[in-house]
Amino acid sequence: MMRAFALTPSHVLAVWQRNFLVWKKLAFASLLGNFGDPFLYLLGLGYGLGMFIGNMGGIPYMAFLASGILCSSAMNTATFEGLYSAFTRMRHQGTWEGMLATPVRIQEVVAGELVWAATKSLISGAAILVVAGILGGIQQWETAILALPAIFLIGLAFAGPALVICALAPSYDFFLYYFTLAVTPMFLFCGVFYPIDTLPQFAQLLAQVLPLTHAVDLVRPLLTQLPLVHPWLHVAVLAAYAVAGFALAAHLAGRRLLR
Amino acid sequence: MSSTAVESAVVRARGVRKFFGEREVVCGVDFDIPAGICFGILGPNGAGKTTLMRMLLGMSPVSDGDYTLFDLPVAHADVHRRVGVVPQQDNLDPDFSVRENLLVYANYFGIPKTVASERAEGLLDFASLTSRAGDQVAALSGGMRRRLMIARALVNDPDLVVLDEPTTGLDPQARHLIWQRLRSLKTRGKTLILTTHYMEEAAELCDEIMVLDHGRILARGTPRELIARHVEPEVVAIRGLDGEEDAASLADGFDVRREHVGDTWFFYMQDAKPLVARCANMTGLTFIHRPASLEDVFLTLTGRDLRDEL
Repeated sequence: MMRAFALTPSHVLAVWQRNFLVWKKLAFASLLGNFGDPFLYLLGLGYGLGMFIGNMGGIPYMAFLASGILCSSAMNTATFEGLYSAFTRMRHQGTWEGMLATPVRIQEVVAGELVWAATKSLISGAAILVVAGILGGIQQWETAILALPAIFLIGLAFAGPALVICALAPSYDFFLYYFTLAVTPMFLFCGVFYPIDTLPQFAQLLAQVLPLTHAVDLVRPLLTQLPLVHPWLHVAVLAAYAVAGFALAAHLAGRRLLR
Repeated sequence: MSSTAVESAVVRARGVRKFFGEREVVCGVDFDIPAGICFGILGPNGAGKTTLMRMLLGMSPVSDGDYTLFDLPVAHADVHRRVGVVPQQDNLDPDFSVRENLLVYANYFGIPKTVASERAEGLLDFASLTSRAGDQVAALSGGMRRRLMIARALVNDPDLVVLDEPTTGLDPQARHLIWQRLRSLKTRGKTLILTTHYMEEAAELCDEIMVLDHGRILARGTPRELIARHVEPEVVAIRGLDGEEDAASLADGFDVRREHVGDTWFFYMQDAKPLVARCANMTGLTFIHRPASLEDVFLTLTGRDLRDEL
């Protein structure tokens, strides 16, 4: 397990650069996909539902929703990259095996994938931030810029667990369980659409250990007039998911590929 | 151990073992591979060749024993700077063009961009792919893809190139072109290690051969030595015989060793002319008289039964 942290930065960077070069070729299409979905959510729910709701948690619904959607799309982007794209490179294209024939080690491959998945969260997050601003979802531009490093951290926090699932998965079908059991429940119960204090007590407790809750609690006050409470707690929880997920993913990927 | 002995052996294996669970697939092998030669590892499917190679490349942990590459333990990351790998399975990057495949791969070695692009042009030329440099790899033929994989394995200017079945699945023209390229690498002073099923390939390329089966080394030597040591110099392969008795009566009175695969009987002997004369007088037989080859060594050592992939 300790070997997971034996990382040469230039090796991690080389893995990241490989993915970035591929992305660059299809950047426009990829960006469009990244923010099409969240844009529709903001438009449909923010305007449509917002009309009836008015304020939620003390701020306009559009502002409430925009910060939530920003977090959930960071989750989705990193999760997709860590599951489907990484799995394709690991299992079907032999890309990881090709890298392992060079000085790049397995934990550096996984670290490169982790950082790349978070980078994609950051890219799509920046695009959504602009859209949210245009739609009136941002109340405080001065602190909104701090949402960018937060989104990168959120990307790391979700890429870690996604890469664990990737390293364990026998096939693409396996990912559906992860979506049904982890991603979709978080999307619905971690404060993206409504404050979690409306949930029953046990559900609130459960939500407190999930990373998306902390992502939302960290990012929403940065974009709105809501007060920022315990920011370092949220940062620590997200970082813990990232680090633990990475270490486990590196271990499992090593066990899978280096037999 | 003198320093010259250390330098001349690129690979050293002492009591190397590999277990998958309870199953022992490499059973304590000892061998050295000297620098500058082409070394062939032959063996039927499941013999342990690929496992031996994967361990050498740090892709599979060594269960027991001492396995070194350039005097470093095989799993050491630094050995990869001096090694190029051509895997059996095509793992070219489908998202990139031919040239980009070389450049992206060079980046894993930390080779500066200017050096890498200069090297890439040289390697494209070496692989006869200069005119296809901008094409996506999906557009290449099997032979071109294999040549690109060899070019990619050379991007770090390695001292050792390891090839796992480099011409499997290629047509004869493509195979000859690859053989020619591999020979030219040897003249440039590179050490080559290759596994193959093709005895013709081993005979064409290898200075030394190791025959492996069931995880053990059965024989080792130059192709010529192996033929002289393990089989008689002449072979008559005969089809159309009715059975073992028929074969025995045909060979009656000769000093001959007989083997049977499917519908063909092989007769190994010092001088096959009398047998050939006898065959010529019989009707219904198809026969070929030829000098013994590595194929005969291989079949004699590893048996002639069909085997399943393990």
